Amino acid sequence: MMMNDIAQAAHAQEQANGRRVGDVILDLQNISLSFGGVKALTNISFNVREHEIRSIIGPNGAGKSSMLNVMNGVYHPQEGRIMFRGEERRKMDPHVAAAQGIARTFQNIALFKGMSVLDNIMTGRNLKMKCNMLQHALFWGRAQEEEIEHRMKVEEVIEFLEIQSIRKTPVGRLPYGLQKRVELGRALAAEPSLLLLDEPMAGMNVEEKQDMCRFILDVNDQFGTTIVLIEHDMGVVMDISDRVVVLDYGKKIGDGAPDEVKNNPEVIAAYLGTSH
Amino acid sequence: MSDSNGQAVHAAALDTFPRLLMHHAAVRPNRPAMREKEYGIWQTYTWAEVAQNVRAIACGLAELGFKRGDRLAIIGDNRPRLYWSVAACQCLGGIPVMLYQDAVAQEMAYVLQDAEIRFAVVEDQEQVDKMLEILPDVPFLAHVIYDDPRGLRHYTQSLLMGLDSLQEAGRIHDRNHTDFLDAEIDKGAGDDISVMLYTSGTTGKPKGVCQTHGAFIAAAQGAMQVDGLTDGEDILSYLPMAWVGDHLFSFAQAMVAGFTINCPESGETVMTDLREIGPTYYFAPPRVFENLLTQVMIRMEDATALKRKLFHHFLGVAQRCGADILDGKPVSTGDRLQYWLGNLLVFGPLKNVLGMSRIRVAYTAGAAIGPDLFRFYRSIGVNLKQFYGQTETCAYVCLQPDGQIKFDSVGKPAPFVEVKLAHNGEILVKGPMLLKAYYKRPDATAESINADGYFMTGDAGFFDAEGHLKIIDRAKDVGKLTDGSMFAPNYIENKLKFFQHIKEAVTFGSGRDYVTAFINIDLEAVGNWAERQGMAYSGYTDLASQSKVYDLIRDCVEKVNADLAADPKMSGSQIKRFLILHKELDADDGELTRTRKVRRNFVAERYAVLIDALFSGRKIQHIETVVKYEDGREGRVSADLRIEEAKTFAPQAAKRAA
Repeated sequence: MMMNDIAQAAHAQEQANGRRVGDVILDLQNISLSFGGVKALTNISFNVREHEIRSIIGPNGAGKSSMLNVMNGVYHPQEGRIMFRGEERRKMDPHVAAAQGIARTFQNIALFKGMSVLDNIMTGRNLKMKCNMLQHALFWGRAQEEEIEHRMKVEEVIEFLEIQSIRKTPVGRLPYGLQKRVELGRALAAEPSLLLLDEPMAGMNVEEKQDMCRFILDVNDQFGTTIVLIEHDMGVVMDISDRVVVLDYGKKIGDGAPDEVKNNPEVIAAYLGTSH
Repeated sequence: MSDSNGQAVHAAALDTFPRLLMHHAAVRPNRPAMREKEYGIWQTYTWAEVAQNVRAIACGLAELGFKRGDRLAIIGDNRPRLYWSVAACQCLGGIPVMLYQDAVAQEMAYVLQDAEIRFAVVEDQEQVDKMLEILPDVPFLAHVIYDDPRGLRHYTQSLLMGLDSLQEAGRIHDRNHTDFLDAEIDKGAGDDISVMLYTSGTTGKPKGVCQTHGAFIAAAQGAMQVDGLTDGEDILSYLPMAWVGDHLFSFAQAMVAGFTINCPESGETVMTDLREIGPTYYFAPPRVFENLLTQVMIRMEDATALKRKLFHHFLGVAQRCGADILDGKPVSTGDRLQYWLGNLLVFGPLKNVLGMSRIRVAYTAGAAIGPDLFRFYRSIGVNLKQFYGQTETCAYVCLQPDGQIKFDSVGKPAPFVEVKLAHNGEILVKGPMLLKAYYKRPDATAESINADGYFMTGDAGFFDAEGHLKIIDRAKDVGKLTDGSMFAPNYIENKLKFFQHIKEAVTFGSGRDYVTAFINIDLEAVGNWAERQGMAYSGYTDLASQSKVYDLIRDCVEKVNADLAADPKMSGSQIKRFLILHKELDADDGELTRTRKVRRNFVAERYAVLIDALFSGRKIQHIETVVKYEDGREGRVSADLRIEEAKTFAPQAAKRAA
């Protein structure tokens, strides 16, 4: 009996934390999105499994960022269904998506430049704060406890991303690579179950990319966070992804494990180049 | 250092570090022994808590089969749990062996093989990976215990174990065998080996220096006597644990005096942490003091005109009388008043920013410190002093006593230490702090300790009129030019490095007609200077090759020449030709030791073409160099280096030129 309990607990633990790919949590079915006459996405279907690292690749203008925006409810597709954890999502607002555990970072860094790293990451806790503004303003009663709890979480994120030395530095003064890391930090502070990363490594040098790769893998490994990633660096994508979906002109042209995608002739023609 | 009889009786038995630890846990259980910044907060461990944790680790190690005399490798940043592991190992009569945490795996393999390491306590995944990488070369390595489990969950190797689990096992062991650990501690004796520190090996393979409990305790007590250290001191522990200085300051002295050590949050936060802790007792190698001053100066240049004026005015006042005030020498009332005002407006806030407001004693050693640099800190009221020592002497030979400070000497022989000079000027020392032996190297031990029991330091020096020891150079590095004049490379290099624009210098001249030099510019200082000149540059290599930078450096070299010309012994060794290297000398490329000292022979070999060019009169020389990145990959850097001449001075002309 005892042994059984322990084994079960261990199993549950592994399920929660491990790099074990689970069931489909996000299923996109026949998604089409257009802005006026411009078709951004045409009849795209793919899914995301729990705990996996799923990459979206494609040339510029292929609709990758639009796809992310559909996932977290910024854009509402004209056609198609989105199933999140088995329920159909209709006209969902971004804040509802955030409350459901979907967090994201942006292609162009969207941080508060004048605020410190600490405060920026603290904003990621916004949805988890329960006290009202007056309580927070007076720093009184429950607000005090709450602030301490959130600060602890934020400090864990800071340690995780190894940015202790810039804790109090205004974000605007940081180099680009570190700002990207802070943005990841803010997303992590929300303790997401699904993390959407829009070109987390754009504009980074090799060393910064390696660091970022390690953080992404660590997040996935340590917290079991499911990650959907847009990235241009093929080496990175092929290295860290479980599955890759390829878009071109708003259409899906490939989907599968990195090796399959790499050898797909259509993908090679559209994206990787036909010269070889 | 005890005042009451009761303590004196007790003190007789305090001849090992484990006994000292248990003593503090009993006498001052609730005083802070260690602090570490974690999650943005300074977490405190009292002496009682430290003792409990050490017990748990020790018992855990015993449970794994750690025996008396076993060596325990300890690798990582300055973390409380790694210091506890040192003490835990000593409790069991084992010998802790600290390794430089930034060494690449292959460098570690040598030490692990030499010390026949079966047990290792390491900080994190990075170090675990290194251990696993060299495992085939170190087959006897049976247990690798890690502090931080991050990223290690999927490692299945059976030799891995978390320090938490080890401590848990240890606590159970301690409960079941309550007398076990105390009995182990009782078995220890003062002349047991307490630690093995590997020399960084400027020449040849590193050697394990075996030091006893007695040696380090004597060294710690001597320093306490000279500086009046109490259990109220706060020290920041941020230098590599593998370095003898850290072991003396952060471990031995803290254990003897019972003061508090503070571990920084990470390597990058040291300056912030320093400021928050405000240590009362501080050690830093000269380059740290230099970096701080450079940063202050750079920031002052960007300050408003009024602030700049105030700063420079009061700095002038400080230079005039600050050091005298610190030394308790007579100073006019007017100057005192000005200094007081300066302290209020400039020095006080500056010291606060640097985290030096509370410092009673600050030490520097390891390399020569520039006179301007030294004077700057003393003039703003930081009691900066120098000491002299090496791994073989527990970093304890000479100390500068308060009030008798000279920038170019290392002070007087410390308590219990006897210093004398060999006929060739080599410094010989004797005392309780001498090494017991080099590990498994009786030949090296016999070579370094002479028949009378003196340790031969290999440094050349002399005593000045007041009995202060002055170090010139390594005895074996002191050479002669073809005309017979003395050539002391370090002496000249130090003079060069005192200029803020020069980071590193290597001079050549032994057995040659004249002296030449390689220069490394200081990227930060020269970069800032270039910015103000409106010069564009893409990186170190580009900046180093610009003719304006050559002019800047030539100016420094010529000042050194003028300085050398003024000293009759050294006037022959002025620098005639020099070049600026296209890359920074780097420990990863083997050009510097891990303690950042130049490995002269290695550099001479690697850059032989450049040396030939320097002595052959060529004006330009192509060079291609392989560089190693921190992750072990290799790259190439190539450049055409210009070689330039510097003015030299006749000995008589020196005064006018200077």
